Amino acid sequence: MTSLAPSRTTRWVIGILVGAFFAIPMASTFFYTLRDDDGYSLVHWAALFDPAKAALYRPIWTGLGNSLVLALVTVAIVLFLLTPTMVLVHLRFPKLRPGFEFLALLPISIPAIVVVVGLAPIYQHIARMLGTGAWTLAFAYGVTVLPFAFRSIQASIDAVDIRTLSEAARSLGAGWPTVLLRVIAPNLRSGLLAASLISVAVVLGEFTIASLLNRQVFQTALVVVKNSDGYAASVFTLLALAFAFVMLIVIQLAGRARSGKGRP
Amino acid sequence: MTIATPQVTPDGAERCAPPRRGASARMWAWLGLVPFLAYLAVFLVLPTMLALASGLFTRDGSFTWDNLAALGDPVVLATFGNSMWLSLVTAVIGAVIGALVCYALLGIREDGPVRTFVDAAAGVFAQFGGVMLAFTFIATIGLKGVVTQLLLGVGVELFADGPWIYELPGLVLPYIFFQIPLMVITFMPTLSALKPQWAEANLTLGGTRATFWTHVGIPVLAPSFLASTLLLFANAFSSYATAAALASQGSQIVPLQIRTSLTSETVLGRENLAGALALGMIVVVGVVMWLSSLIQRRAARWQR
Repeated sequence: MTSLAPSRTTRWVIGILVGAFFAIPMASTFFYTLRDDDGYSLVHWAALFDPAKAALYRPIWTGLGNSLVLALVTVAIVLFLLTPTMVLVHLRFPKLRPGFEFLALLPISIPAIVVVVGLAPIYQHIARMLGTGAWTLAFAYGVTVLPFAFRSIQASIDAVDIRTLSEAARSLGAGWPTVLLRVIAPNLRSGLLAASLISVAVVLGEFTIASLLNRQVFQTALVVVKNSDGYAASVFTLLALAFAFVMLIVIQLAGRARSGKGRP
Repeated sequence: MTIATPQVTPDGAERCAPPRRGASARMWAWLGLVPFLAYLAVFLVLPTMLALASGLFTRDGSFTWDNLAALGDPVVLATFGNSMWLSLVTAVIGAVIGALVCYALLGIREDGPVRTFVDAAAGVFAQFGGVMLAFTFIATIGLKGVVTQLLLGVGVELFADGPWIYELPGLVLPYIFFQIPLMVITFMPTLSALKPQWAEANLTLGGTRATFWTHVGIPVLAPSFLASTLLLFANAFSSYATAAALASQGSQIVPLQIRTSLTSETVLGRENLAGALALGMIVVVGVVMWLSSLIQRRAARWQR
């Protein structure tokens, strides 16, 4: 493979130039949060724990709480609605797979800003039936995360022969619930973990739908706080980006643990 | 993006089910598909239909071409023009730089720490939080941004011609910031599928590294590159969060104009402008994504 690879110098030049483009805004944001009236200090970071400023930051904590609930419900949709359907399609309707894949990847081609126009009337009905609890937004988010979750889970399904596994379990007398929970789910765990983590990341970062439906989530709260305290918004931005980064690292390490075994 | 690799599972899957439970088991299996399909119908298909339909009907439900006529309004046309310009510029720049990053990554071990770091960072920047990207750019090259003031210190005035960061040109840098990582994510699989044997064959036949790229590498990668660029275009065209966080008012691009028409009763003297704009967006994004998958399918020939 080395015959295709660029020379060490080329690699460094590309790495440094592009790396700088990404590092400068991150570093600048960090220095921005350190700004004090005359010099630099950690005052804006310490302010997060300052009771006097608690009221100012309350929207963020409320939004973050709502976003976490939404993330939980969205993950539940992925695990208990999407995953069983994917297993079912794989086992019983292999001919439907291309169509199913098309449906699952469809949200990539439909801008969220378009979906929001049509979601507004639907959520008026939902508010009447289920109330206006923050969690109801998870129905919309389940669709937003669908392409990401689908890809992660499909990669796992393709890597494991779940047909043979399920037939073996069935012939040993296991019922379908047992097969799903105790045979198939453990074999798909890296894909399910990746799908769950990416769903959490996407939900925590979602702004378009929440803001136009007037919901309070983490991102909309950031915008609210930004208007009164730009430093706090930057501190939370850095923390959230770091959090998402760590989650994606975990996804990769988990995926590698799986593929590491099967690698020739 | 990976497009449907038609993976034909050995047929006869239906026959695997024991015959005695044939008919009823099949019915149960079909029923098992219902919850998810119903969910998609209500939260994906229905909202899209409603959005498109609202562009074609008046508020009391009669069919009209009137709203669609809004798409011909000079203001709306200019907004679509802005959106296309922004998407095209950032897609091309993002695609070229992203492809260079993929090329540089070729020399790095696939399970090494550098690759893990780059992949995770790409995922964060491409898919996570357009709002936060906007904030980092405000902290960097905003009116009081760190880089703005550093440049001021050496006598360069970034905003001599007015605060363009809150206008259309200000969107270019933040958009490139999420376009490059998306290119890395979508293009890397194609690039790493280039067969080393082709390079060896090229060397055996007396070629150089340069002739490999001009005669083999670039022709083979061109369709994928083009498909990814189109995907980037669609991505920029549909993204809303970054622009909304940077420009808290105004409607320089189509998604922002949808915001304006959703939050105020009448825009340009029309009621259902949001629906008409949504229809216009779907058409543009739909055509672009269709082209992209068409090209991708052709590209897939080389990826066996």
